[in-house]
Amino acid sequence: MSAKTLLPALARHQSPALLALCLLAIVALASLTGSDTVQVTVAEMMIRVIVVVGLYVFIGNSGIISFGHIGFMCVGAYAAAWATAQPTFKQIMLSGLPVFLQEAEYPFLVAVAGSFALPALVALILGAAIMRLSGTACSIATFAFLVIVNSVYSNWDSVTAGVSSIIGIPTVVGPWIGFAFALLAIAVAHLFQISRFGLMLRASRDDEVAARASAVDVLKVRLAAFVLSAALVGMGGGLYAQFLGILTVDPFYLNLSFITLAMLVVGGMFSLTGAVCGVVAVTAIVEVLRFLERGGLGVALPQGSQELGLGVLMALILVFRPKGLTGGRELRIPRRWPQLGFRRKRLEQRPQEG
Amino acid sequence: MIGLLQNLIDALSLGSIYALTALGIGLLFGILRLINFAHGDFITIGAYALIVPSADVTARMLIGDFNIALMLPAIALIVIVAALLTDALVFRPLRRSSPPTLMIGSFAVSYIIQNAVLMMYGSRPKAINLWSDANTQVIIGDLRVPMLQVITLVVTLALMAGLSVFLKKSRYGVQMRAAAEDFRMAQYLGVRGNFVIGLAFAISGILASAVALLYVTQSGSLSHTMGVPLALFAFVAVVIGGMGSLVGAVVGGFLVGFIVTMLQAYLPPDLRAFRDAFAFAFVILVLLVRPAGLVPARNTVERV
Repeated sequence: MSAKTLLPALARHQSPALLALCLLAIVALASLTGSDTVQVTVAEMMIRVIVVVGLYVFIGNSGIISFGHIGFMCVGAYAAAWATAQPTFKQIMLSGLPVFLQEAEYPFLVAVAGSFALPALVALILGAAIMRLSGTACSIATFAFLVIVNSVYSNWDSVTAGVSSIIGIPTVVGPWIGFAFALLAIAVAHLFQISRFGLMLRASRDDEVAARASAVDVLKVRLAAFVLSAALVGMGGGLYAQFLGILTVDPFYLNLSFITLAMLVVGGMFSLTGAVCGVVAVTAIVEVLRFLERGGLGVALPQGSQELGLGVLMALILVFRPKGLTGGRELRIPRRWPQLGFRRKRLEQRPQEG
Repeated sequence: MIGLLQNLIDALSLGSIYALTALGIGLLFGILRLINFAHGDFITIGAYALIVPSADVTARMLIGDFNIALMLPAIALIVIVAALLTDALVFRPLRRSSPPTLMIGSFAVSYIIQNAVLMMYGSRPKAINLWSDANTQVIIGDLRVPMLQVITLVVTLALMAGLSVFLKKSRYGVQMRAAAEDFRMAQYLGVRGNFVIGLAFAISGILASAVALLYVTQSGSLSHTMGVPLALFAFVAVVIGGMGSLVGAVVGGFLVGFIVTMLQAYLPPDLRAFRDAFAFAFVILVLLVRPAGLVPARNTVERV
């Protein structure tokens, strides 16, 4: 590639690249500390990055809030657990599983692929049904989906072990693997966002009537984003199962929905940068609050202040900075760097996103 | 036959609770375009207001021990104050925001209230004994009807009749309906926006406190997430009924109560655990057939 084509290409993809560098710095710093707690926190943070980026693919681009994506995370997590838990355990506790799952133990990547594909399939069926609804009704329908998943997975004893847990899932996911998949999620989200589908969907978000009038098939582009985002969130769930090593239905409900949504809102729900920044910022804040709850500064805050703090933070952000910390902008190298200023001028004329 | 009648009565009583909850949510949606997740937590507040704030396992009655003529207004007042506070602190600054932002805002309020209750009262569910006499049964022929179900139904009908008269006949009710029809136009014609919205919050607070008392009497326990399932079913009721229509909310509430009760009664035993899944799946089905709900509201159709 000559410099002429390379530079615009670099400029076009600079936001995800910069985000990747930031995350890389965090993971590298974490592994330098050598502390186990830090490693665990960072690994979980990377998984949250995947989930929140997945949420962003739908919510950010379509402007429709979904409360049900944690349901896809649950579906993905169980898909991974079915693939990787020990056959002896599966034959006793999960006797309702198909034989090919019961008798074998699949490698990590197969499990991740399963946790990507199964939620996508579920999302395709569900999405075909509910994407026709108006924005608000659609949000409530996603809620109904969350309740359905929760009810089914906590009662279907022969396949999900009901309210008891699936144990013995190999815990292979650490900060680096989490980071690798976070990169993948960011790349996919970015490519979707700048694709034709992504642009059409964003157009329908900003003005649905005008988009329809310009021959955008709103139903189709929404459905595409819904399936893709469910797959990413499901993949996050699959990694989460292989990060915890033990799986129950409980965590995949309203609290996690709230926390992931809070991350997206705090960062800014209309930019990819916002999704990633939100995860980092909220994780940092939650860790500080937890530290204070444990009595880090001599006086322990009462139990529940971490959650309360997060709720208040989210309300404050909504009131005072509704577009989130990033204000709906993407991370870019500042344009007024003295020497590069001339070349960047032309890029600047492109319409702003968000 | 008797079994069916018995189930119908159960359905009516459960449906009343959902309908009252849905009415509170629908009222705010009509005027503010706000899907209020925190409505379930208003119910929680009403229930916890009965007892002394402490983290003990056993609940000691505080307002719950008052004379009923004093207790009802006291509980209602506490919930109204809570509802107005959320309006003043969160929803009023968000007045000009889009419906999705409002929805997330109310989700945040709900999370805050739940955790505040958890902080004050501890995380363990508490047993509570309110009006246990109401659980005696009235026997009509072969039917055994718990007194409480009759009371629930009567209270619901009374509240609905009251609300309906208020909205149709009183000056403020007419203003509220005008605001629901077209908020900006109503403001041009001299309706005070914040007053009408405050009124809507207050009424939804009254409805929530009624639900709280009925529900606590029936379930006999308190927990900081007790309002959540009620609100979830009520949302669904609002959507099925047709968003923005109060009649729709009531119809939706009774319909959801009916579906849940009938599924509980007639599903084969090994599928009964999946009752909620079936109920919510049914909701999605209804929406597929009638995306605008059973009683579509005229003014929610988006105009260009």
